[in-house]
Amino acid sequence: MKQSKWTIVSNTRIACRTYLMQLQGDTSAIRPGQFVEIEVPGCYLRRPISVCNIEGDILTIIYKVVGQGTAQMAQMPKGEELDILSGLGNGYDLTKAGQEVLLIGGGVGVPPLVFAAKRLREAGKSVRVVMGFNTADEVFAEKELMALGCRVDVCTMDGSYGTKGVVTDMISTPAPYYYACGPLPMLRAVTEQIGTNGQISMEERMGCGVGICVGCSIETKQGIKRVCVEGPVFDAEDLKI
Amino acid sequence: METKLGNIVLKNPVIPASGTCGFGLEMSGWMDMNRLGAIAIKGTTREARYGNPQPRIAECGATGMLNAVGLQNPGVDEVIAKEWPALRAVYQGPIIANVSGFSIDDYTYTCRRIDQETDAAIIEVNISCPNVHNGGMAFGTTPEAAAEVTRAVKAVTAKPVFMKLSPNVTDISAIARASVNAGADGLCLINTVLGMRIDIRRRKPVLANRYGGYSGPGIFPIALRMVNQVSKACPGTPVIGCGGITTAEDVIEMMMAGASAVEIGAANLTNPQACTQIIDRLPQLMDELHIDHLQNIIGIA
Repeated sequence: MKQSKWTIVSNTRIACRTYLMQLQGDTSAIRPGQFVEIEVPGCYLRRPISVCNIEGDILTIIYKVVGQGTAQMAQMPKGEELDILSGLGNGYDLTKAGQEVLLIGGGVGVPPLVFAAKRLREAGKSVRVVMGFNTADEVFAEKELMALGCRVDVCTMDGSYGTKGVVTDMISTPAPYYYACGPLPMLRAVTEQIGTNGQISMEERMGCGVGICVGCSIETKQGIKRVCVEGPVFDAEDLKI
Repeated sequence: METKLGNIVLKNPVIPASGTCGFGLEMSGWMDMNRLGAIAIKGTTREARYGNPQPRIAECGATGMLNAVGLQNPGVDEVIAKEWPALRAVYQGPIIANVSGFSIDDYTYTCRRIDQETDAAIIEVNISCPNVHNGGMAFGTTPEAAAEVTRAVKAVTAKPVFMKLSPNVTDISAIARASVNAGADGLCLINTVLGMRIDIRRRKPVLANRYGGYSGPGIFPIALRMVNQVSKACPGTPVIGCGGITTAEDVIEMMMAGASAVEIGAANLTNPQACTQIIDRLPQLMDELHIDHLQNIIGIA
């Protein structure tokens, strides 16, 4: 948990309304599944964005333009300095994974799974990634995941890329222990059809991102939890989704 | 930088506002808590509360945010048993306990527990939460109801009682006077300003609760005006100024309006080190403005 200045090294469009930004700064103690809070000039609140990768002193994030803040981020030039809170949230517990691991991602839920895939591959795990998008022009991260040695299956809602359908169509049960991140309808389908033997990364509108405003609290089977501190990663069996 | 709230001496006027510093523990990861003038912990109710459904945060451009948290808290039992000792482990200064309720009985029950079982320096009575129905703000919008809560709370505690007032009223001075006449030792204002945002694509309110409390720099001029009015209407009563304070300059301005100390709210959410950065800057700014003692500028404007 740290507040520090970061310099934009690159900021490029990689898919429809989707951008990859690399920032140089203090990457110490950032774990897969955690997020950063980025101060965007002109916006009152910081923008919580999941961590996609750490390589040396370079932080990679992938974000989708969904509003004023992310639209402004997309315009930021190389060399610009940003104030960022890093190392936020609990992150994935990767020790629970068996030898076979399943990663399930939907849309901009994919980026934190890329970081998880990297660590899992480093640990010698056999990783299958199933990811879903709406259309072909939204697809990203497929090559990077394959380069890590993951088996990657992509599906799109309209069939314009990969298999036509949704992620749960491509997973047979019993499935191995999983890590999932994506839109709520996808997460619901995963818990209903694949089961709760895994971890789910949640998203909620945040105020502070550091646990003090309790704006992002959700009700779980283990009581009230703040997505920003006790999450964003929860055991799937504890969630009420 | 020293200032006073009644008989309580604060080493500086900077207090993180209730609801923007939790029960202190998370904030201690970002700063040395003992540098704060005091801390106003999360609003506490008789029973544990989850609060309102999601979403309960909405941004308002560059000027602030809406929240409709709705007094999420673990209830007074757990606050006393767990949160209080956890805060005391990292912070030894004055604690302002913020109490909310849905009936007079709720308020007196919770205040009595805080009075008897904690070392709170001040009890701040929230009669101004805009995000709960049948309670909170309902007690803060008429002079009669504000006086009734004040009298009831004063009867169960010997600790200083500060009433936290709502800006969502026609005449805040009348409510302030009624509170002081009923025995309030001090006042804290303002709580958030009732507001709304609409998602124009979904054609629906952003907040599940429809309306929420607006906080941040956008409300600073409103807070300043109300602190000025109230401090003039209630001479001799210490006022904690709150609402949109972001910089050391804002602190000085708020004290010149009549505040004896200030609460920093939304600024903590955008920068968890906001309070200590303001404290760092204050002495230098006092030098620039030729201010020897902060107590000399209270209400000077």
